[in-house]
Parts: sequence; C-alpha cells; structure tokens
Amino acid sequence: MKAGTSRRNTLYGILFALPWIIGFLAFTAYPILASLYYSLTEFVGIGTPKWIGSGNYQALLKDELFWKSLYNTVYYVSLAVPIGFVVGLGLALLLNMDLKEVGLYRTLVYIPYVLPAVVVGFIWLWMLNPYYGLLNLFLNTVFHIQGPGWFSDPKWAKPAFVMLAQWGAGGSAVIFLAAIKDVPRELLESAEIDGAGWWTKFSKIIIPMISPVILYHLITALFGGFQIFTTAYIATNGGPANATLFYVLYLYRNAFQYSKMGYASAMAWILFIIVLILTLIIFRTSARWVFYRGGGE
Amino acid sequence: MNLRHFTVKVLGRLILILISVIFLVPIFWMFTTSIKDLSEVMTYPPIWWPNPPKWYNYVKAVNYIPFGRYTLNTIIITIGNIAGVLFSAPLVAYSISKIKWGGRNILFMLILSTVLIPFPVIMIPVFIVFSRLGWINTFRPLIIPAFLGGGAFNIFLLRQFFMTIPEELSDAARIDGASEFGIYSKIMLPLIKPILIVISLFTFLGAWNDFMGPLIYLQDEAKYTLALGLQMYRSTNYVEWPLLMAASTIVVIPTIIAFYFTQNTIVESVTLTGLKG
Repeated sequence: MKAGTSRRNTLYGILFALPWIIGFLAFTAYPILASLYYSLTEFVGIGTPKWIGSGNYQALLKDELFWKSLYNTVYYVSLAVPIGFVVGLGLALLLNMDLKEVGLYRTLVYIPYVLPAVVVGFIWLWMLNPYYGLLNLFLNTVFHIQGPGWFSDPKWAKPAFVMLAQWGAGGSAVIFLAAIKDVPRELLESAEIDGAGWWTKFSKIIIPMISPVILYHLITALFGGFQIFTTAYIATNGGPANATLFYVLYLYRNAFQYSKMGYASAMAWILFIIVLILTLIIFRTSARWVFYRGGGE
Repeated sequence: MNLRHFTVKVLGRLILILISVIFLVPIFWMFTTSIKDLSEVMTYPPIWWPNPPKWYNYVKAVNYIPFGRYTLNTIIITIGNIAGVLFSAPLVAYSISKIKWGGRNILFMLILSTVLIPFPVIMIPVFIVFSRLGWINTFRPLIIPAFLGGGAFNIFLLRQFFMTIPEELSDAARIDGASEFGIYSKIMLPLIKPILIVISLFTFLGAWNDFMGPLIYLQDEAKYTLALGLQMYRSTNYVEWPLLMAASTIVVIPTIIAFYFTQNTIVESVTLTGLKG
C-alpha cells in the first residue's frame, strides 16, 4: 500500500469515527475521571467541589444504609443471575423444539421483555397486591394458602423482584435460542448415532458450543442486576424498612435528592470497582469453560 | 422410539402453552383492570372480564394527566434518538470495519469496553456538565448524546454486517472515482438497511421506555415523558388502578406493535452478529 493511501485512510478513519470519539471523550472518558475527582470532594452540584480526600469513602464505611443497599443488591444479584440463567436457557431449549407453532410461543414469551420498566413495575405492584393481587388470589383459591405480602413484607420484597426479573427472561432466551440453532446439526446427529442421550448432547455439545453466549449473558446479567433501579423505584421505592433499597436507588437519592454529589460519586466508584472485579473473575475462569470454535473470524 | 418422540412433543407443547399463558396473564390483567370500575378492581373472587367494559376509563386516563403533551414529548425524544443513532453508529462502524487504518482495532476495543462502565459512574459528571450548559429541563441531554455515540451493541452489530460486504464492491467504486463518503452513503447504507431497521427498533424501545434519563433531566412537569407521567396516577396513599392501567396499556401498545413487525429481523440479526458459538 502506498503511503498516500494509508495517510488518506487514517484521515477518513478518524473522520468517520469523529462523532463517536467526541461523544466518548465528552460522555465517557471525561465523566469517569470527573466522577473519581468528585468522589474525593464535598460537592453539592453547584459551585466548586471542596477537596476532602478519602472522606466520602470513610463516611460510606460507617453508613448503615450504604451497607444495607449493598447487601440488598448482592442478595438480589446472587438470586436473579443464576435463576435468570436457568430460566432463559430452559426457555430457549423449549423454544428450540420442532413444533410448527413454536414461533408464536417465542413471540409471546418475548413480549414482556420489550415493555417499559415503569409499566413492569406497576403491573407487578398490582399483580402482587397482598389482598387483591392476582397471584395471592390464585394461591388462595387453588392451594388454599395465604400468600405473603410481597412488596410490603421485608422478607418477601427482594424475592418478589427476583420473580419480576424472570418475566423478562424472553430476552435472554432469544439470544440463547439463536446460539443453539447455530450448533452444527452434524455434530448432534453423529452423537446420536453414537448413542448419546439427551443429557449428554446438552452438556457435552450444546453447552460448550454456546459457551461464548453464556459468558456474554452472565456479564450483562451481572451488570443489569447491580444496576436495578426503575422497577424498584416504582414498586417499592426502597421500602419496606429499606428491604429493597438497592444500590443505585440509594446512590440516586444521595446525588439528586440530598445533593451529595461527592458522596454519590464515591458510591459510583465502589460499584464500578465491584463489577469490574466480578467481570475479571468471570473472564479469568472463562478460559476453563468457554469454548471458542477454531478457524472463525 | 416413535411413541417417545410423540410424548416429548405433546409434553413440550403443553409446557410451552402453560409458560406462554403465565407470561401473558400480567399483560391481560393490566388490560382487564383498565376497563373496570374501582369497585370491580377490589373484589373477591376477581372479575376476569367486567360487564360492561368501562371503555370510558381511557378517556378519563388521557384527561387525568397532560397525556397528549407527554406523548408528544416522548415522540420528540424517541425520534431524536433514532436519528442520532442512525447518524453516528453506522459512521463509526464503517470506520472500524471498512477503512483500513491503524487505529481501528484499538477503537473497536474501546467501543466494546464502554459496556463495562455502569451508568451511575458517568451519570453525575454528565449531569453537572448539562446543568452548567443550562440544559436541564430541556430534551437536549436526552437526544444529543445519541448523535455522538450510537451504542456499543449497535456499532458491534453494524460492524459484523459491514464485514460481510465484499471489499471488491467499494474497491470498484473507488476506481470509478467515488469519494469515501459517497461509497458509504450510496453503496453501504442501502445494503445494510435491514440492520438499520433493527437498530431503529432497539433505539425506539430504549428511548420510549427510558425512565432514569428523563427522571434526572426533566423536572418541569410540562416536559415529562409518558414513562414519568405514569407516576401521576398515584398519590401518596392511593393508586388510580384502572386509569393507571389504561394509560399503561396505551404506552405499551407501540412497543408491542414495533416488536411484532420486526421480530423476525431481530432474531436473524442476533444470529448474524457472531454472538454465537
């Protein structure tokens, strides 16, 4: 390649990427650094931030609500992510069956995933109403048991959000389904000829073949789980007794209701570090269980 | 063997029907609540289909809050976002897939790495910047970033598509003296139209359904979007369930319609992204 062409290419490369680069600098790179700086200051959002060093971080360690919100979120994530994985993959396997109307099921199961989180929050607040909610009416009529208070019971509020999250499992199911459909047929057929049963095909062929998608799913689910906000803001707003005061909800309150921008930035950085460490751990272990097809791009 | 196959199919079908029903019941419950009177809402046993249906709830619901205003606001923000993403995402995707330049792999990694940044980390400084610009209570913070970004997932999707287009196509155009931008807009964009539709749909859903963005940036009630406005059917200790569910049904309908018409393209695009084994 001639030097002129390569210089021309570089110019065009940058030119085409320019909007993104400007956006990256303004809305990602600068904010990351600024948020680190704010986290070391006392800042109400206007005026000049006042440098206090590690003051916010020290205050957070003593803040009961901070620990409570972290505990709530970890509790939620450690239930919602594994359950979501099993439900999503299970749905995908069912939707992979050779039925002529399977497209209809796929559509129906996917619909809740496209609904606004606000509406999802309100629908479930209503569905899980202790007295007139459909779920408790159902439990009462069919099984003759008195359902729990769900969002109004500190013990049941977090599990209620885990359940609510499963309503959106169609989203991950469709991605798993696409990956399963992409597993080479010959592989499954030759395994069948060798007498492999259903479980062997699933665990020895399908799982390894779709493992990159599983990795992608785990990471996005982890990020989504740690950032649960809208449904909680709508359905419980942190209650009862702070049982659903999730991390980002408490962060939001500090930033925009109490104008403690520095404090909230410190919370944001702690969150950042937690999810980065978890992602790193997943990536590290993924070398052992994620299988990349050779000869690809 | 055949009998077993048959049993599996019947059983699978039954499970899928059951699951579909479970997934749809909350939506049905939203709708049926929307056509009840308050007296029919709090009853035991529950009323599945009120007689007669109270369709006037829909009239009441759109008059209870400035529904038309909020719809317009939401449409403006949504269209702005779609325009922004359609402008910026294909440009940068083209740069990292079709132009051979030294920085393109680094840029690609940088784009992918942005998904590892939780929104709360950037939320506060971006808010401060917009408030210093005097943009709080305007739609600008909710639209302009779209023109300067495009979303990592969209860019990834577009890149995968651009890669499938043979080089000869643009090489031939280059020999004919076409400019880089001409190749991009006249040859490439028409070829990736299906994926642009998918991206528009994702962006539509994202903007239409967004809650946290409007919550942070729009404080003046006249500027609210539908997602924010839905909260107004609830007061401190009381919820207008039928009206809230009527309004929710209206808000939800465009998302379901948009999804319905593009679902096959979505599934295909997921398959084609290389987001596969």
